[in-house]
Amino acid sequence: MNLQALAVPVPQHPLLLPSPWVAMSGVLRRDLRLALRRKSEWLGAVFFFALVVALFPLAIGPEPDTLRLIGPGVLWVAALMASMLSLGRLFEADHQDGSLEQLSLSAAPLSWLVSAKVLAHWLISGLPLVLLSPLLGLQFGLGLEALGMLMLTLLIGTPVLSLLGAIGAALTLGVRGGGVLQSLLLLPLYVPVLVFGTGAVDAQMRGLGAQAHVSVLLALLLVSAALSPWACAAAVRLAME
Amino acid sequence: MASWVLKAMDLACQKAQRTLFEGVSFSVPEGSWLHIEGGNGCGKTSLLRILCGLSPAARGQVLWPSWGSAAPSPSSHAANPRLDRSVLHYIGHALGLKPDLTACENLCMDAQVSGLALNHEQALQALAAQGLQSRAHLPVRLLSQGQRQGVALARLRTSPARLWVLDEPLVGLDAQATTTARTLLQSHVDAGGAVVMTSHHDVGLQGPGARLQLGREARRL
Repeated sequence: MNLQALAVPVPQHPLLLPSPWVAMSGVLRRDLRLALRRKSEWLGAVFFFALVVALFPLAIGPEPDTLRLIGPGVLWVAALMASMLSLGRLFEADHQDGSLEQLSLSAAPLSWLVSAKVLAHWLISGLPLVLLSPLLGLQFGLGLEALGMLMLTLLIGTPVLSLLGAIGAALTLGVRGGGVLQSLLLLPLYVPVLVFGTGAVDAQMRGLGAQAHVSVLLALLLVSAALSPWACAAAVRLAME
Repeated sequence: MASWVLKAMDLACQKAQRTLFEGVSFSVPEGSWLHIEGGNGCGKTSLLRILCGLSPAARGQVLWPSWGSAAPSPSSHAANPRLDRSVLHYIGHALGLKPDLTACENLCMDAQVSGLALNHEQALQALAAQGLQSRAHLPVRLLSQGQRQGVALARLRTSPARLWVLDEPLVGLDAQATTTARTLLQSHVDAGGAVVMTSHHDVGLQGPGARLQLGREARRL
């Protein structure tokens, strides 16, 4: 229609119906590509995780029983901190360069787009931690079963951390000194994930079976996946006003 | 077909206990432009954001015809049906460009994010029309302010939107790019689209249009 009358004509493109799925995959692909361009940002969090975990055995000493006892806790706390470290950039850059305004004007619901952003965040900063964890767990003398359980709980738990963290990141968007406020907001929310995550590995090591813990973690994942995108979208809209 | 694309009814905006403007009413017919004028800080950008539904108005309503369906729908807040990028294209002060992506990638990925299809060739053509073909594969962070503005304007060429809401579209552009941008806006208006913009320059658009002076009535509460 009107495009053909432009002074320097551009062929009219086949106009798709604005599809939420296309928009979501667009957000996902864009965030992943941006992460590839700026490797330092997400590698920082991964290195932080590896360093913190590697320093504990050095500081505590080579006593195998002690290490085996604290191993799951150390890995989980380090993963939690690393995940929080990378949260600041989840919405901040988009907020500053105006991309967030464009996202909120998209025909797709903002909550869908936000969930694509959270998925990208987890793929960039959560998944590497999951993949790295068995290697780092070896330093603590964890057995094969414990390592498997650690990986499984992190695989379920780190998306929860990303989803909950996104709420904190969205709420503190544009707030000066938002980082501290964000940690204060998020740590209480992170506690159940931490408790059941480490609890599962512990139960597995004691031969008690970790099914209950894993079920609770899965429930946390489902609840946060259902509610977090809504909350984030609302908070992001508030931040833009 | 609707004869108007946007109506403002008695809009008011308050920032920090201060009324920036009130009683702003206008109607933007198809194939016309609206140039919002006023000094710094008089609420031009706030008005544009209210029109796009990015900020709520303190009072009043923004109306638009629901293309393809029945009655006009009011927009006071995000919860209501919104204008989206298939009918409205907004360029704000923050251009919405990713500094780490190339100009061409910015165009393609932005179209995809708004749920539209745009291939590489079309993006290149739009950039070339804006005189930026030699910069198409440079990351946007390496471009000058004026060139970034040009990339943002190239995005207009790929947009299906009838209504363009532009905040200072000519800022930072050199003489040639300004002429190109004027031609772009003019042809959009001539083709039956509508342009609502703020600018400190005289954009010099022909055809039906109006100017809106903001800020004379600003006063303390």
